[in-house]
Amino acid sequence: MHMDALYFWILAAAAVIASLLVVGQRNPMHSVMWLIVSFCALSGLYVLLGAPFVAAIQIIIYAGAIMVLFLFVVMLLNVPTETPDERRSRLPVSAGPRHFGAVLSLALVVELAWALSRVQGAAMPANPTETSVHAIGLRLYRDYAFAFESTSVLILVAMVGAIILARKEQK
Amino acid sequence: MPDPTLNSYLMLSAVLFSIGTAGVFLRRNLITILLSIEIMLNAVNLTFVAADRFFQTVDGQIIVFFVMTVAAAEAAVGLAIIIALFRHRDSLNPDAFTSLKW
Repeated sequence: MHMDALYFWILAAAAVIASLLVVGQRNPMHSVMWLIVSFCALSGLYVLLGAPFVAAIQIIIYAGAIMVLFLFVVMLLNVPTETPDERRSRLPVSAGPRHFGAVLSLALVVELAWALSRVQGAAMPANPTETSVHAIGLRLYRDYAFAFESTSVLILVAMVGAIILARKEQK
Repeated sequence: MPDPTLNSYLMLSAVLFSIGTAGVFLRRNLITILLSIEIMLNAVNLTFVAADRFFQTVDGQIIVFFVMTVAAAEAAVGLAIIIALFRHRDSLNPDAFTSLKW
């Protein structure tokens, strides 16, 4: 049990630090790499929570598929890094909204911390019920069958949309 | 090391979500903004799985599954839009796209 606590704090620290680096990085390529680290830490947390299926698809779908998609685009665009002079912004719109956004996100942090500090920490149930893929599959294909089929339509629409949007326009 | 309670997971998730929000507001690069949105989605996923463990159900994990599907669709469409925008302006700075501003 004590090992679990140690793992939790290590993985939590890894996730937070990696996420901070994602946001702090100027080169999008490095951001994507750090995000993969963050996803792996989260996947470890899912294992601790007794959800190995989610941990697996976190690695396969997120760290594997979606991040590769991002890397493709970053490399395809040969992406311009945010240069310092662009950050200081010769564009007129930047500074005001950005400061407003900083204040808003700080307000969000304070609100969340305040709300969560008022709640008593409820201990996790002692026996980790390893949720089997069997149980998830039964629930998914019986009770959530309609939602599941809807997502297939969603993905089809997204695929067609992505192709149309990224296509070169013929003159 | 104190044992992690439900609250520690919720707190971690809140921290990650805030990092994501800050990224959306503060960064001047469309790709980094999309990545920050992914961080936020993952923070929410963590909440779902932690609650799942707490209430001993699997419904949260199924919702996580759907969130991942939506995230994949969002990433595909978002990146396509980014490619289209980059063709127009040769920039990924969101401040460069002000044609709709009056």
